[in-house]
Amino acid sequence: MAPLDRKLMRDLWRIRSQAAAIGAVIAVGVLLLVMMTGLVATLDETRRAYYERYRLADIFAPVTRAPDHLLPTVAALPGVAGVEGRVQGAALVDLPGVALPVQAVALSLPADGAPRLNAVRLTAGRMIAPSHPDEILLLDGFAAAHGLGPGDMLQVTMNGARKRLRIVGLAQSPEFLFSTAPGELVPDDARFGAIWMGRPALAAAYDMDGAFSELLIGTGRTASEPAIIAAVDRLLAPFGGQGAYGRADHASDRFVTEEINGLRQSSRGVPPIFLAVAAFLLYIVIARIVQSEREQIGLLKAFGYTSREISGHYMKLVLVIATAGAVLGGALGILSGRALSGVYLIYYKFPFLVFQISPGALFIGILVSVAAASAGAMFVLRQVYGLTAAAAMRPPAPEDFSRSARIGRLTGWMDQPTRMVWRRITRQPWRIAGAVLGVAAGMALSAAMTSIMSGFDRTIDLSFDVMDRSDMAVSFKAPLSDKTVLELQRIPGVLAVEPARIVPAILSNGTRTYRGAVSGLVATPDMNRPLDAAMRPIHIRGDGLVLSAGLADLLDIRPGDRLTVDVREGRQPVLELPVAGIAETLLGAPAYLRIDALNRALGEGGRVSTAYLQIDEAAAAAVHAALKAMPGVAGVSVKAEARDAMQEMMDSGAGATRYIMLLIAAIITFGIVYNTASIAYAERSRDLASLRVIGFSRAEVGFVLLGELGVIALLAVPLGAAAGYLMSFGIAAGYSNDLYQIPAVFTPANYGAAGLAVLLATLASGLIVNRRLAAADLVASLKTRE
Amino acid sequence: MPLAAKAAPEPGQPIYTVRGLTKVYGSGPAAVHALAGVDLDVAEGEIIVLLGPSGSGKSTLLNIIGGLDRCTDGTARFQGAELTDMSDAALTRYRRDHVGFVFQFYNLMPSLTARENVELVTEIAPDPMPAGDALAMVGLDARMDHFPAQMSGGEQQRVAIARAIAKQPRVLFCDEPTGALDSKTGKAVLSVLRDVNEQTGATVLIVTHAAATAAMADRVIHFKDGRIERIDRNATRRDPAEIDW
Ligand SMILES: Nc1ncnc2c1ncn2[C@@H]1O[C@H](COP(=O)(O)OP(=O)(O)O)[C@@H](O)[C@H]1O
Ligand SMILES: [Mg+2]
Repeated sequence: MAPLDRKLMRDLWRIRSQAAAIGAVIAVGVLLLVMMTGLVATLDETRRAYYERYRLADIFAPVTRAPDHLLPTVAALPGVAGVEGRVQGAALVDLPGVALPVQAVALSLPADGAPRLNAVRLTAGRMIAPSHPDEILLLDGFAAAHGLGPGDMLQVTMNGARKRLRIVGLAQSPEFLFSTAPGELVPDDARFGAIWMGRPALAAAYDMDGAFSELLIGTGRTASEPAIIAAVDRLLAPFGGQGAYGRADHASDRFVTEEINGLRQSSRGVPPIFLAVAAFLLYIVIARIVQSEREQIGLLKAFGYTSREISGHYMKLVLVIATAGAVLGGALGILSGRALSGVYLIYYKFPFLVFQISPGALFIGILVSVAAASAGAMFVLRQVYGLTAAAAMRPPAPEDFSRSARIGRLTGWMDQPTRMVWRRITRQPWRIAGAVLGVAAGMALSAAMTSIMSGFDRTIDLSFDVMDRSDMAVSFKAPLSDKTVLELQRIPGVLAVEPARIVPAILSNGTRTYRGAVSGLVATPDMNRPLDAAMRPIHIRGDGLVLSAGLADLLDIRPGDRLTVDVREGRQPVLELPVAGIAETLLGAPAYLRIDALNRALGEGGRVSTAYLQIDEAAAAAVHAALKAMPGVAGVSVKAEARDAMQEMMDSGAGATRYIMLLIAAIITFGIVYNTASIAYAERSRDLASLRVIGFSRAEVGFVLLGELGVIALLAVPLGAAAGYLMSFGIAAGYSNDLYQIPAVFTPANYGAAGLAVLLATLASGLIVNRRLAAADLVASLKTRE
Repeated sequence: MPLAAKAAPEPGQPIYTVRGLTKVYGSGPAAVHALAGVDLDVAEGEIIVLLGPSGSGKSTLLNIIGGLDRCTDGTARFQGAELTDMSDAALTRYRRDHVGFVFQFYNLMPSLTARENVELVTEIAPDPMPAGDALAMVGLDARMDHFPAQMSGGEQQRVAIARAIAKQPRVLFCDEPTGALDSKTGKAVLSVLRDVNEQTGATVLIVTHAAATAAMADRVIHFKDGRIERIDRNATRRDPAEIDW
């Protein structure tokens, strides 16, 4: 082996703990990137495979009642690859011990085997037997939420008739990855069920003999979805077609897509910030390591080594550290991506996992690490090459202290160790500045992540305490007359009622469209309150829409612009309305209009589809019982439960990664602080050993080291807090998605905690490093550089 | 820039021709004339000792003709090749092929053993002797695998000399090689330098504070204020071992 390579290996061994700390920092940066992109790719691919294997339809077309003989006509449309007509109906499930009946959908399975589209996956029990009309399959998640299983009986109301049905099996389906009851914001397994029954039995229950009420279409790869939808709408119009829609607008797929997009968003927005911080640290640390080799570089030059040979040597040193860290991070990223996918698999109810790694992220991670390390090394090497060999071998020229006589007086009160700390900081300001910047970057990351934690809490608190001041929301099966409000008001225990009319609608501004809803609210809502950016209530107008900020962004529209509202209910009017204001809604993407204006547009005076209630907690049970007895009530959403469901979703969906990222931020921060301490030690070990030799105690010598570190940390904390505040906007945007928005909040307590953590990490690192001094052989460390 | 091929030493032939060499640090009233016009001819195979008070420009001269530093003005030729005109790459080549250095503070690589420190140079030299032979010449063949931290100052300086001579240089520059050593060790180190001169014919320039060292030289150059004050020629070179300190 060439002597330079031997030197390389021994140098690496000498700085092993530092190299490990640097490698670890870059490793977690790369890990996060590889893990998150791998996770997203895995979920995308798994979903695709699941849909494909269970033949999920590409187009769904609900209809009132269409004859089966239409099916061949649909199948003959250009681009249509498969067709299935099924019976579909709303059902209510009565469960013992549950106050209100739970909503469900009943779906038919063909008598002659598996459906051509939307197959089910049996998870327990057996398939239904065509000869037993009372046999059903129940949605797996719903059954689990209520402790039901094969063999149990289920009390169901279908089309007004009560039936006792036998559960023979549990099933999963790609169309129910998430099940959300009508009127709810967040999916909840317990509050919406799906029932599969034999086609003949279900057709009998809903009077659908020889007819279907939902058309499923599979399309070819090159098919034009809009063309097929238009053709199907034309075909079904005479039979009460409610409008065909693509898979992307199917409730379950849409939710999964938003969830995965949320993850994708945070995987694009957050890990690069972490990686950038790690790369920045790598740059600073590598520059300092090479700087400390300056005299040896001069010596190699004196022997006649060329700049290229010397660069090659140091490049090898830094690249070993950077690539080892990046490759290790990549490998761990793949492993943890796999583990995390397993967790999300359960959350998304995927029956299997198609694991993906993303070579692009791996490549970028390694590239960024190598580039940062090389840049750090080249930065110093170029400076050294600018010097003659004679100059490089001399320690850096002493600075001019002629101006510091004044400071001499100033430092007169200092004892020697204090003066050493002071001198080092004032004489090598650039080294200290590098250390301060590194620690500040670490502090910024942790501060930003802890403030993101508060951002999530803020979203929940604002949404459920400040904006929504109701106790529950009652939704009706069909819009009722506003006399219902008075009826609700009369229930003992109900303190106040606020009506609302919510209709599905397609909002569009040019080519940008959003399939959502318009909420008709009273002019000055008291319970469901849209607020402006300053948290003041917004007055709801009849002549213009108030859009949530997220929706306005999505549609790229500003107050004053006009929006097309294609209402998908009643007589389906298409409205042209100006945007009157923007509400700072953090959940969903609502659009508000005054209820009377909305009803007028629909041509249905005084209708209510939802009512918000404030109740007397003591009378809650009586209120529930009264609501259950009301015939028009479809469901009751208790705010506390909705709040829990939202919290749950934030903690298990895309938002769950915030805990991992906080942990990683903490690791990076500690890594940076530890690096700083160990470099400070390496640069000074000779001086510190000299101090020990001339009789300073270990504590006094420790003070010299810790004092320097303390000054670095104290300078870094405010700088890091400022940088963290800026960074938190980027990370908050990364965590915001279609389902919820996370604000960047400035909470002094978080920044204080992050600052304190940095100071404690500094103290801990200093003490760890100082123990090395105690262990060092004083004579040996005086002879050679550590 | 082709340099003359390594030939058998021809005593008396000038290897360096220095004219009007000047080195100024800083500018304006604060300028320091480290060298203020030096003229010198160095003959192949000579031992030259440079004496003079600290700060008189000895190291500066050595660094410039050794290719470690650049001058402000004047010329310095090595076998007809103009050092002051050379590119950095050519100077590197010159140091690599022709010159050996010994410094006051040894400047060994702490992470390499004695043998590896020597190999660091033999690795890139065109016609080196085996590292073991170089260490044998300085009497360190038994300690080849020791690290600098395991050796005394005199031993470390002998390793540095072995490192300098292993490439079989035409010229050896020694800047206060005994400055950090006691007199006994210092004599041993000087003996090694004399041996190298006799066995390989290398030209040797030694900077020192110890005036007694002058006795081992062919010529003694006295420096003062960046100038050569005078040059003495010794009728006979004395064995360093016999010099009184
Ligand atoms: N890098 C430098 N910058 C400024 N002045 C220098 C530098 N190196 C040497 N000098 C000055 O040049 C003069 C000659 O120095 P040097 O050749 O090292 O002397 P010697 O080796 O004879 O003791 C001294 O006055 C010294 O202060
Ligand atoms: Mg000198």
